[in-house]
Amino acid sequence: MASSETASAAGSRARGLAPFLRSQMRNIAPFLTLIFLSGFFALASPSFATLDNLGNILTQVSVTGVIAVGLTFVILCAEIDLSIASIANVTGIAVAYFTLQESYVNIPNIPLPGAAAILLAILLCAALGLVNALGLTLIGIPSFIMTLAMMQIAAGISAMLVRGQIAYKVPELITTLGSGSIGGIPWIVIVAAIMLLSGHLVLTYTRFGRYVYMVGGNREAAEYAGLNVKLILGAVMVISAVCSGIGGMLGVAHFGSAQQNEFDTYLLDSIAAVVVGGTSLFGGRGGIGNTIVGLFVLGVLNNGLDHVNIDSFLKILIRGLILLAALVINVYAQRLREKAAE
Amino acid sequence: MPEVRTPILELQGITKSFGGVEALRGVDFALFPGEIHGLVGENGAGKSTLMKIIAGVHTEFSGRFLIDGTEAHFRSARDAHTAGIAMVHQELSVAPDLTVAENVFLGNQPTNALGLVQWRRMAREAGEQLSRFGIDVDPMSRLGDLPIGLQQLIEIARVLFSGARIVILDEPTSALSPPEVERLFGTLRRLREEGTAIVFISHFIEDILRVSDTVTVFRNGRKVAETASAATSKGALIEAMIGRGGEALEHSYSDDLMLPQPADGSVVLKVDQLSLARSLKDVSFEARAGEVLGIYGFMGCGQQELSRILFGKLKPDSGTLAVEGKPKTFASTAAARRAGVALVPESRRAMLFHQEPVYKNISISILDRISSLLLKPAQERDIAKRQVEQLQIRPPVVGLDLGMLSGGNQQKVALAKWLTYPPKLLVLCEPTRGMDVGAKNDVINIIRDLRAKGLAIIVLSTEPETVLSLADRILVLKRGAVVREFKNEPVSKDRLLEAA
Ligand SMILES: Nc1ncnc2c1ncn2[C@@H]1O[C@H](COP(=O)(O)OP(=O)(O)OP(=O)(O)O)[C@@H](O)[C@H]1O
Ligand SMILES: [Mg+2]
Repeated sequence: MASSETASAAGSRARGLAPFLRSQMRNIAPFLTLIFLSGFFALASPSFATLDNLGNILTQVSVTGVIAVGLTFVILCAEIDLSIASIANVTGIAVAYFTLQESYVNIPNIPLPGAAAILLAILLCAALGLVNALGLTLIGIPSFIMTLAMMQIAAGISAMLVRGQIAYKVPELITTLGSGSIGGIPWIVIVAAIMLLSGHLVLTYTRFGRYVYMVGGNREAAEYAGLNVKLILGAVMVISAVCSGIGGMLGVAHFGSAQQNEFDTYLLDSIAAVVVGGTSLFGGRGGIGNTIVGLFVLGVLNNGLDHVNIDSFLKILIRGLILLAALVINVYAQRLREKAAE
Repeated sequence: MPEVRTPILELQGITKSFGGVEALRGVDFALFPGEIHGLVGENGAGKSTLMKIIAGVHTEFSGRFLIDGTEAHFRSARDAHTAGIAMVHQELSVAPDLTVAENVFLGNQPTNALGLVQWRRMAREAGEQLSRFGIDVDPMSRLGDLPIGLQQLIEIARVLFSGARIVILDEPTSALSPPEVERLFGTLRRLREEGTAIVFISHFIEDILRVSDTVTVFRNGRKVAETASAATSKGALIEAMIGRGGEALEHSYSDDLMLPQPADGSVVLKVDQLSLARSLKDVSFEARAGEVLGIYGFMGCGQQELSRILFGKLKPDSGTLAVEGKPKTFASTAAARRAGVALVPESRRAMLFHQEPVYKNISISILDRISSLLLKPAQERDIAKRQVEQLQIRPPVVGLDLGMLSGGNQQKVALAKWLTYPPKLLVLCEPTRGMDVGAKNDVINIIRDLRAKGLAIIVLSTEPETVLSLADRILVLKRGAVVREFKNEPVSKDRLLEAA
């Protein structure tokens, strides 16, 4: 987990356990939360700690997981992307738009071969990501604002495409990956695992990954080191949009339908997964390992609350409170780290 | 003398270690009211660590800590503040996004009965305080927009006028030019008359001797000497600091120095009629291969802006740049680096990754040379190890987080990252700031080596000594314009000061 920190961890380890633990708070706290929540639900409900239910949890977090891969890059750079859910939505709708629908679906769409539909959908999300990137780097609009606007734009495109209708068919490949399974393992879980693993490999072992951490750690210093900071920031915005798009296509196949506002909850869930996992909102710290832990915390929480007898309205509040706790830990961990380095 | 007075602050047998490394070993230290106490020692000797203990930043240590003769134990910097201790840290610790006035009053803004900040009053009082200190600046401007030296002055002013009984200044003059230093010393003497106890850390031994009453020397975490400044000399202090004769190390530059014949290397950089808003006016010059061009001027003379333009961080309003005869308009720092330009800015904070290990700080600007897609950490570490050895960075552990190095050692890392693949043009702003005499000497030698290898080097500094010790040719910058060029002629500190 979070092997970006192993090098510094090796340095700190020689200096005694307490400072080491303090500097690793960001990685330890989410893990403890996960163990605590799992233990709690296992005791509270006999149906929670079963192999079947583990499969459920994995399937439930898969779409969020795919979207969160790209978002991790963005947050590591100390930026934010609020358009992820909208872009997921519009990409899912686009891939259906380019697929032949049943005759009762009343959308004036453009049926194309499956491969072309997928390609066009990917191009669409990449293009939207590029607009985010240009707004952020060339014009200098803060990512918070830029992607807020993009959230509206993508929602607008979605609305234009489906016009309040629901489409059901997506290309064969997407249907398989989104809702099929192989040897009892859902394809969607496998895709999410591959995406997360690739994200991790890129962040940890490639030059680009290092640049992402450095730009997030100290943007000015990155510039003084002669890095092309704008290019790196632009690239992460595009990566984020493409991951969202892939998540959106799989999600549409998974739900069995493509319609407006289908992904709205995924914005908060994805941000929560990244941040709860311990990736710093100030950039430069964390990684896919953290995001995976965050995904499990969220998955266990959402799933576990369904297994115990709680007022369903209270559940929303509980989720909110746990999120708040994670945010507090996130900010606090940053301070502790700074103190450990003093 | 000191025996009859009681110390305002007394430390006995202070030991502080960071994990395995002992930064302080059994240090005794006493501070008296109305005293300016100078502190000297090599990079990493433990000066800042001791001061951070006094200021409540480091709270875990062993030894006795007495204030006014009674034992005290601070749990935070706030406790120290309450006890009347204020410190200017070696690393600038201002809030760049707040206004000047807010920074002056950081933590105790004047408020009205409702608890609302009285902006107008705050701005007025901040302006008054600063102008008493000779700083003329709009109190409502954003601090981060000011030159770094001015930011440092404002931080110093905040601490000096905070009403503290004990004031600690950790290398406060490193970003200041001579006139500001004079004003600072004036203020320090006045505070001393009022009974304030002052600790003053500097690598400028002459400054220490001039302003302080007592000098304490640190070496390797121990206090090795404490004398009245009147009873010691520069040579003796340096010897105590490094443990051997140091006469050869420090030159005073008060006598004339002969600049050599201008080099006849090829022109690496040609700058023509560069202008930028109110900062630079029609600046033109050339830098040649195998030559160190010094650019001297007081704080705010436009040096900072000039260096930023050369590295593509700022765009000039007019004027042209040419590298090896090819005209360039750098769209980004990346473009400048590709064209063979490297910059070491004066601010460590702006150019180092404090939370990352030393080796990543060193390899960051050459990663594309050693890896195309995948990182090669082993090679990065090897390269870093070589630089750590060459520059004698302490502790010599490339996996240590940069933030754990002492200030002077961080400065060496900043230089190290450009040395593995030397650029064509190396622009150095205050390259020896914060370094001890030995380290300064090492850096001077390294820069001379690079010159011999045929690099064009530009050294920008507000310290006459830095420019004089390095440059073959010197330009003097004054209010954004080149007012004098020294070449192939005698030059001295006084002549430089006069020209600026
Ligand atoms: N937070 C820290 N963690 C680990 N080691 C530290 C830390 N702070 C300082 N040190 C180590 O303690 C020693 C003393 O450092 P200190 O900063 O006190 O030196 P200094 O005398 O102020 O040097 P300089 O002149 O370079 O500022 C150094 O070896 C340094 O690496
Ligand atoms: Mg220091």
